[in-house]
Amino acid sequence: MDAFETHTGVGVPLRRSNVDTDQIIPAEYLKRVTRTGFEDGLFAAWRKDESFVLNNPVYADGSVLVAGPDFGTGSSREHAVWALMNWGFRVVISSRFADIFRGNSGKQGLLTAIVSQDDVELIWKYLENSPGAEITVDLVGRTVHAGEIVAPFEIDDYTRWRLLEGLDDIGLTLRHEDLVADFESHRPSHKPVTTPA
Amino acid sequence: MAGTLAEKVWDAHVVRRAEGEPDLLYIDLHLLHEVTSPQAFDGLRLAGRPVRRPDLTLATEDHNVPTTPGPITDPVSKIQVETLRRNCEEFGVRLYPMGDADQGIVHVVGPQLGLTQPGMTVVCGDSHTSTHGAFGALAFGIGTSEVEHVLATQTLPLKPFRTLAVNVRGALPEGVTAKDIVLAVIAKIGTGGGQGYVIEYRGDAIEALSMEARMTVCNMSIEAGARAGMIAPDQTTFDYLRGRPHAPTGADWDAAVAEWTALRTDDDAVFDAEVDLDASALTPFVTWGTNPGQGLPLSASVPDPEEFADESDRLAAANALAYMGLEPGTPLRDIKVDTVFVGSCTNGRIEDLRAAATVVQGHRVADGVRMLVVPGSAKVRLQAESEGLDKVFTEAGAEWRLPGCSMCLGMNPDTLAPGERSASTSNRNFEGRQGKGGRTHLVSPLVAAATAVRGTLSSPADLETAGRPQGELASATTGEA
Repeated sequence: MDAFETHTGVGVPLRRSNVDTDQIIPAEYLKRVTRTGFEDGLFAAWRKDESFVLNNPVYADGSVLVAGPDFGTGSSREHAVWALMNWGFRVVISSRFADIFRGNSGKQGLLTAIVSQDDVELIWKYLENSPGAEITVDLVGRTVHAGEIVAPFEIDDYTRWRLLEGLDDIGLTLRHEDLVADFESHRPSHKPVTTPA
Repeated sequence: MAGTLAEKVWDAHVVRRAEGEPDLLYIDLHLLHEVTSPQAFDGLRLAGRPVRRPDLTLATEDHNVPTTPGPITDPVSKIQVETLRRNCEEFGVRLYPMGDADQGIVHVVGPQLGLTQPGMTVVCGDSHTSTHGAFGALAFGIGTSEVEHVLATQTLPLKPFRTLAVNVRGALPEGVTAKDIVLAVIAKIGTGGGQGYVIEYRGDAIEALSMEARMTVCNMSIEAGARAGMIAPDQTTFDYLRGRPHAPTGADWDAAVAEWTALRTDDDAVFDAEVDLDASALTPFVTWGTNPGQGLPLSASVPDPEEFADESDRLAAANALAYMGLEPGTPLRDIKVDTVFVGSCTNGRIEDLRAAATVVQGHRVADGVRMLVVPGSAKVRLQAESEGLDKVFTEAGAEWRLPGCSMCLGMNPDTLAPGERSASTSNRNFEGRQGKGGRTHLVSPLVAAATAVRGTLSSPADLETAGRPQGELASATTGEA
C-alpha cells in the first residue's frame, strides 16, 4: 500500500446519503476472481442514468469523492473499497461512514475523511460551480482545501499513522518478521508439513 | 495460571503481544479452496509478496466440483477452479485437484491425511473450519483479506475470545448420534448463543464419540455463532492419528503424544459461560425452519409461531413456516420429502456412509424420492466401495456420486428445484441454500437413510416397527457411537 501524505485530485460531488455497498458495487460483480477491474461495476445501477455525476466527462479523472452522510452502509464486502480504488478514488469525504466500510478502507489505503456536513455542503457548492476543480486533502494537517475553503477532517490516529506510513495489515505484520522467524525456529519438529509425507 | 484448552493453544501460538493491540498468532496449517482464495492470491501478486510457508498450506477443489463424471460446465465455477490451479502453481502451493486420490472437501481431507493434529492452529477461508477442533486444534474460518494475510505472513492479528463449555453428560440412546447432539445444542442456545465464544465440548457423552462423530459436533459450532469448537485430545484422538500419512512417527510421535496429553482444560480453570445437556434424554433431531436453531425431536410437531414468547422468534417462525410450506401442528414424521442428501463436511465421512448404508440395506428408496450419496473425499469413496457400500446404495435406488461439497450449498449442479424438500445431512437450512426456493430439513445420516426409505421424515426405528429384524438395526448405530 502506498504512503499517503497529501493528495490533490478532481473532486466529485455525490449528493446522496446512505450510499450502501450494494450501490457501490452490486452483488453480480462479486463472482470475479481478481481484485482489479471492479471500476466497471462502481455505482453500476446509477451509471445507467445519463445525468449521474460520474457520467460527466469532467469527472473522468475524479479521485476525491464528496458524499452525503452514512456512506458505505450494508454488506461487509471488501469489493466496495476495491471498486472505488480501481476507479481511481484515493479519498472519500463524508460526515459519517459505516464502521465496516471505514475499517476496510483503512486496510486498503483509501482515506475516509470525516468532514462536518456544513463543510460538505460548501465543498459541494464549490465543485458544482467549478466542475472538474481539484481538491487537496492534507493528511498531515488533517485538512481539505477546496478553492477558498479550508475544512478540517477527523480520522483516528492509528489509521492516520498507518496511511502516512503506507502500512497495510500485512505490512504491519511484516515489520515484526524477526519475531515470526524466531517463533518458527522454536516450533516442535513433530508439527506436520503439507509437502509429500 | 489455570487455563482452558482453547487458552492453552492460543498462548502457545502468540508471536507478539502488545498493549492495546491484537495478539499476533502463528498459524500451523492453512487450508485453501477455490471460492475464497482467488483475491487473496491476487493481493499477493499486486504487492509482489510470496507465500511465506507453502509447506504449511494445502489446497483442494471442493465447492464447485461436479459429482458426476465429466468436466465443469458452469463457466463461473470453471474459472474459480482454473484460477486456483494457476495460483497454486505460481505460488508453489500443494493442490489436490478433481480426480486426485486425495481430493475432497477441505475439512475431510485435512484430518484424513493426519494434517490436523492436537494443539495446532488451523485456518481456512470457510466457516466450517471449526471441524478440525475435534482434534483439540484451535480452528476457525477467516475472510479473504485474512487468507491473504496468512499466505503472506503465516500469522493473523486476532482479538481475544471468550470460552463456553458445553457439557454433554450421560449415554446416548441407540440410534441417536453426534448430529443429534449438535442440533440439540444449537436449538438450546440459539444461532447467536455462541457469538464471541470458542466452545469446548466436554462430558462423558463427548468422550465416548469416535473422531468422525466429534468432527460432526465441532463442524456445526459456527451454526451456534461460535468462532470455533474444540474437544480435548485423548486416546481416541491418538489412535485415529497414528499411522496417517502426515502423523508424526518414531521419537516425534512420542514427543507429540506427550505434548498432546497435556492439552486439557485445568480442573480449576473457569469458563466465561457453561451450558449442560443430558445426552441420555436425546432422541433423533430434525430442523423444521430456516435456521439451524429451529429444530425439534423427530417425535414433535411443527410448532405454532404463536407459542413463541419472544416477538422476534414468533416472526422468524412464521416466516420460516411460510417459506417451508408447513402448517403448525403437523407431526414432523408426516412431512414428505423429494430428496435425501447424504454428504458434506458435516456428515460425509466413512462412518456416516456406513450408518446410512446399514439402514437402507435390503430396502428401496421410496417412489418419487431421489437419494444422493456424496462421499466427503476420494478416499472415503474408495473405502466405501471396498466395503461394498456403493452397491448397497445403488441397489436401494440411491445415486452414488463423486466427492465434493455438492448439494450442501448447491454451487455445483446438485441443487433442489424451487419448492422441493430435502432431508439433508449438511449444516445449513437457510432459505435457498440448496437451490432457489429449496426447503431443507437437517438430519443425521441415520434419519436421512430412514427418510429415503419411507419418503417422510423418519428414524430407523420407524422401519423396525414396519417389520424389520432388530439385529440389523443395532449395527446401524455402531459406526457413529
